Amino acid sequence: METRTVTLDVNGRTHDAAIAPNTTLLEALRALGYTDVKNGCEKGDCGACAVLLNGRAVNSCLVLAWQAEGQEIVTNRGLGTIEHPHPIQEAFADTGAVQCGFCTSGMIIATKAMLNRNPDPTEDEIREGLSGNLCRCTGYGQIVEAVRLAAERLRRSSSSLSSLRGEGTPRKDGHEHAPVERVRVSDDEFGAGDNS
Amino acid sequence: MTLPAFDLLQPETLGEALKLLEATPAAVPIAGGTCLLLDLRERKRTPGTLLDLSRIEELHRIEVIDDVLVMGAMVTIAELLDNPRVEAHAGVLHEACRTFAAPLVRNRATIGGNLVHASPAADTAPPLLLLDAEIETQAEGRKRLTPLDRFLVGPCETTLRPGHLLTAVRIPIPERPPRWAYEKIRLRKADAISVVSAAALAAPSEDGPPEVRIALGAVAPTPIRAWDAEETLKGRELTAGAIAVAAKVAAEETCPIADVRGSAAYRRREVEILVRHCLSDLMTPSGGGGDGN
Repeated sequence: METRTVTLDVNGRTHDAAIAPNTTLLEALRALGYTDVKNGCEKGDCGACAVLLNGRAVNSCLVLAWQAEGQEIVTNRGLGTIEHPHPIQEAFADTGAVQCGFCTSGMIIATKAMLNRNPDPTEDEIREGLSGNLCRCTGYGQIVEAVRLAAERLRRSSSSLSSLRGEGTPRKDGHEHAPVERVRVSDDEFGAGDNS
Repeated sequence: MTLPAFDLLQPETLGEALKLLEATPAAVPIAGGTCLLLDLRERKRTPGTLLDLSRIEELHRIEVIDDVLVMGAMVTIAELLDNPRVEAHAGVLHEACRTFAAPLVRNRATIGGNLVHASPAADTAPPLLLLDAEIETQAEGRKRLTPLDRFLVGPCETTLRPGHLLTAVRIPIPERPPRWAYEKIRLRKADAISVVSAAALAAPSEDGPPEVRIALGAVAPTPIRAWDAEETLKGRELTAGAIAVAAKVAAEETCPIADVRGSAAYRRREVEILVRHCLSDLMTPSGGGGDGN
């Protein structure tokens, strides 16, 4: 089993890291310091490790790190920061949809993917859209509320933006986070992440 | 738990993949990985080499070639759902995909992987059996087509030989669109394995009653066509009486197991009910799918 240098594009940053073939994308991301990606069940049931891979939400525990090379990876942290939160992150905070917080990153990623495709989901569609994400604290009520609020805010901001731009449809490409300068990180950063 | 050690081959073309597989016939192809990686983690399988199919562009295509809908092995369940050709020419498959696991899994799981994994509860299989799907497999210098009902031979068992790859699933597109119906019983509304599933299709015929086909999931060692039940409907109109007989016969030709999701008796009883529902949907003008619904 040979380790090789794999280039991973995460939240707009480029990492070159020596990675063994049996490493999952989840393990690689956490070792690179992206500890917002949570390790829950490691079998695709809980959704805590969800990331966007080329705009599609996937369980990173079921992707090999080598398979993610050359693809755009976005984690919850890549959507927004404490200073500049994404409207979905804001809505989760505003509605009290976060209790222990372990499922939240995955919930937000799944919500992002859902709203990119369906800007105005019904409650059933919200529940189906998040059916691969488990929360053991909240009973899901506030989470559904958060998605509804986020959808409403995003629709409002995209309609005001499109009236400015003279466009009729919201953006669906999932790329509205600010482009980040691409940096190269040396191999030795791999494995240096904390385990929080 | 970490994955066991393995080498990972990542061919860029189908030709390269077939060469690698000929040289390393014990290599296990990995498609979406949503089942295989679980088996590896639990050490149910410990292959020394995996062959990653994700970079092979040919396997990701959905095409119509000579009135055949050709779906590459690496097409994901989400891509099937997004594809208007699949919805138009294989509506019953499209409907089953809507109930397949959860969105995160649908974005990785593939049609080829679902069939090679060959679970008795594989969601894509009953609709594909109805649609007379053929499985295209390739090895270095060889290509063959196998009807799906001959490809699936037992729980997690197919006729796929070492050194061969499932490359595509092919569905002949009928001249006139069939009507269809699909029902799946699960323990909750979403992200749940099928306890029992049933699908039915009525192919219009030139003269006389339509040809009715019935397929069932999770009630036998493989997903099955209910041939005996179909036989009772040959040349007959779908009356309430005929439907009741066919549903009973369908239940009799199953051999379900009992597991955490249901007893064998429950499953057999549900087959009768689901088949009755599906066949009734086929005769209701507004019911079921097809006809552009």
